Amino acid sequence: MTEPKVLEVADLTVEFPTEDGVVRAVRGVSWTLGAGETLGIVGESGSGKSVTSLAVMGLLPAAARVRGSVRFAGRELLGLSEEALSDVRGQGISMIFQDPMTSLNPVYTAGHQIIETLRAHRRGMSRQAARERAVELLDIVGIPSPAQRVDSYPHELSGGMRQRIVIAIAIANDPEVIIADEPTTALDVTVQAQVLEALERATDETGAALLLITHDLGVIAGHADRVGIMYAGKLVETGTVEDIFYTPRMPYTLGLLGSLPRMDRPEGRLTPIAGSPPSLLNLPPGCPFTPRCPLAADVCDATEPPLIGTGRPGHDAACHFHDRLVDAAAGEVFATTSADAGGEGSAP
Amino acid sequence: MLAYAVRRIAVSIPVLLVSTFVGFVITSLSGDPVKNFATSASPPPTQGAIDAYARRLHWDEPLLERYWIWLTGLFRGDFGPSVNPGRDLGADMWTRFGVTLRLITAAIVLALILAVVVGVISAIRQYSKLDYTTTFLGFLFLAMPAFWLAVLLKEAGIWVNEQAGTTIFYTIGEHSPFLEVDTAWNRFTDTIGHMILPTISLALINFASWSRYQRGSMLEVLNSDYIRLARAKGLRPRTVLIRHALRTALIPLVTISAIDVAQIMGGAVLTETVFQWHGFGEFLVRSINEVDVYGVLAWLLLAGTVVIVFNLVADLLYAVLDPRIRYD
Amino acid sequence: MTDTAARRAAEREFTVRERTQLQLTVRRFLRHRLAVASLFVLILVVVFAFVGPLLWRYDYAQFTPDNSVAPSLKHPFGTTEDGKDELALVMRGTQQSVKVAVLTAVAATAIGAVWGAIAGFYRGLVDALLMRFADLVLTLPLLAVAAVLAGNTRGSWWLIAIVIAGLQWAIVSRIVRGVVLSLREKEFIEAARALGASDTRIIFRHLLPNAIGPVIVNATILVAVAILYETALSFLGFGIKAPDTSLGLLVNNARTAVDTRPWLFYFPGLFIIVIALTINFIGDGLRDAFDPRQQRIRQ
Repeated sequence: MTEPKVLEVADLTVEFPTEDGVVRAVRGVSWTLGAGETLGIVGESGSGKSVTSLAVMGLLPAAARVRGSVRFAGRELLGLSEEALSDVRGQGISMIFQDPMTSLNPVYTAGHQIIETLRAHRRGMSRQAARERAVELLDIVGIPSPAQRVDSYPHELSGGMRQRIVIAIAIANDPEVIIADEPTTALDVTVQAQVLEALERATDETGAALLLITHDLGVIAGHADRVGIMYAGKLVETGTVEDIFYTPRMPYTLGLLGSLPRMDRPEGRLTPIAGSPPSLLNLPPGCPFTPRCPLAADVCDATEPPLIGTGRPGHDAACHFHDRLVDAAAGEVFATTSADAGGEGSAP
Repeated sequence: MLAYAVRRIAVSIPVLLVSTFVGFVITSLSGDPVKNFATSASPPPTQGAIDAYARRLHWDEPLLERYWIWLTGLFRGDFGPSVNPGRDLGADMWTRFGVTLRLITAAIVLALILAVVVGVISAIRQYSKLDYTTTFLGFLFLAMPAFWLAVLLKEAGIWVNEQAGTTIFYTIGEHSPFLEVDTAWNRFTDTIGHMILPTISLALINFASWSRYQRGSMLEVLNSDYIRLARAKGLRPRTVLIRHALRTALIPLVTISAIDVAQIMGGAVLTETVFQWHGFGEFLVRSINEVDVYGVLAWLLLAGTVVIVFNLVADLLYAVLDPRIRYD
Repeated sequence: MTDTAARRAAEREFTVRERTQLQLTVRRFLRHRLAVASLFVLILVVVFAFVGPLLWRYDYAQFTPDNSVAPSLKHPFGTTEDGKDELALVMRGTQQSVKVAVLTAVAATAIGAVWGAIAGFYRGLVDALLMRFADLVLTLPLLAVAAVLAGNTRGSWWLIAIVIAGLQWAIVSRIVRGVVLSLREKEFIEAARALGASDTRIIFRHLLPNAIGPVIVNATILVAVAILYETALSFLGFGIKAPDTSLGLLVNNARTAVDTRPWLFYFPGLFIIVIALTINFIGDGLRDAFDPRQQRIRQ
């Protein structure tokens, strides 16, 4: 934890004014990313994880109100002009989006879109050199016969291939940070693993730190060093992969794990979390997870718990009752919400 | 690409043929020149004169027969007999057609340039004062009758001329009846001078809907994922805007403007009427008023050809602009 | 603990009131201030045109002793060179133009909706034939063809409307066909078919009602388009004919007198613009109301 931080996000808030009121999409989020590290951010849709990443890149719509601080290599990014940001984007921090079907411009070839990325940041680079580099990049991300594919238009390629091209674009200029926002969600299950592998090879090749945003804890388990769990615009638990997976201290995390099929515990039942995330419009005071939480008490309605230490270094949780979750299993805690009679909770 | 063009042209020919037949039916529905001659000529013509009149116009033949006579005549360059024996439809038509083609081409070019500039700027500055102003002007021009705007512009031109004490804007005719110094250059500038106000009035009407369209298309592209990626990879804002957004957002306008060519041909009739041009529009109005069916038919034929040619050009341009279109 | 959680969940879940589709649409339309104001102005214009002549002291066909007088209290819009009261003429002209425009929109929408629904529903050869014909109609120079056909109508307002509608339905048919094509594979159509509903019933009871949003929006816009075509036809002399009058005819009569009797030119023109403009704004408001996906972020 002593290596220099390439990306530091502190107390970030993002609000969208809408016709019905202000949507508070991100409500004070802080995290850091060390060089070469992989940080996983997990949450349901609408938890603010994608908005956070767009805020880091400065890609939110003009109407969004962003406050707090985003420092890349010590330099504050919030408030920079579009012109100044374009130096950082692609070269310092690059980004991979969710839907490869719409991420590439349909009127330009794959090669063209890589080449223009290269030449945007390396003024002296010749067209020929850029083209050769583009073919190399396609090879790195695992595109077969890259010398031909370089002249393909996006509509001639499959979703998996297109996402590899987006990854090739992301690593074209050896960035220090890559943000991957649900990079595999839009793909077929069989292709997901291949694309994740390509992403891993790409980060290995460049040594870049990776911010991996997903709703899929399975993806996190295999690829991240540290994890942050987001709920209703806030981080509710952070820690190492081991902390999160083996000793979760926030009921929401526990619930997420409980709804995940586990190969190592085939006898355990899947326990869904009842209800759905709250609307971020006019959020009431108190912990936003309260309506769905089996541990909820009056204090939860009154005050929202801060993200505080759980006793283990680097492992923080935002729950009034985090100490009650030591060694608790999801089945035990969540089963009580759906069962009206006692006794069921402990089985099986 | 060449094969695509050839095939596309080959497809146009039957379309044009069908249009000529539709035009022929429409014209036949529009009026009966023989009846018109029998009832309105003075002194009232004899039955023999009426029969001769009908024979000259092939009006004694059944509809299909008449169509066939007219169609085969076209291949000899014969556009059919006019109700007015002194009127050579073919010769009259070509000079007037040239005059009108000049007007609509200039108006289309002007409207396209204005539409792209205004549409793109108001998309980039969405909800700004400029956007609201151009949006309101767009609605206003859409709601403004073409002829009313033309009369207004004409009056404005006359007013400016009076204020200046000299002719700055020409407001009558497609060129001056005679020039004091008749050189090629003078004739050229005279023609351009006469074109200014009619071109503006014809262009403004189309500019309104095209700029709204361009704004919408630009907004859609600006909100697209690939523009976000183009920004995320660190391209300069200008590069994103021109090479990615504008390049892609221009594609739909090509199709729309080609479809509207037919309506511009119609609109030109109004503009020419107001500015008293001896153009193709006057040719149509006169033909309708005189129940000169072959004149009406000649107008429809040529207008149809213009529409088909413009659409062909648009299709080819579209294929060049959008790689997703297959040539095969 | 279980009870409190369930109760809390229930409380939060049911605090959002449900609204019907129609209520939502009306609510969204009312939020569009420009559209509501336009609707108000348009209603005023229509009342002016249809109720006004009953109250006004001059008839549009009546020759008053005042020739070519400028607007005054006696003749608020002035008079023509032969002494007709321009206010009465504008009322009559607006009436005729509005009648033509509304009938055009209704007729074109009816023809186009059925045409498009049949094409989209049966697809294949039927679709190809119907839509190629619609395409052909779309490429006709509308004003010119309408002029050719209307030359024979002798100024009858409903014949003029039918002629314009006969050339305008093609756009409606394209819109409806698009909606029908996207809907016909949906589950509720499958279900209706499984229950033994006839093709006619499916088209009229299930498919067309779902196209109602875009069709209403387009019909509104059509009224504005038709007003402009009617006035253009009358301007060329192929529309409403004297002694009756329409806004286009009034402008035509005045076009050589803009300098000397400007009131004859500006008043009818202004009415055309106000009608077309308000209808377009209403159409815009309706589009927003029917298409909730286009929710805007407020600045």
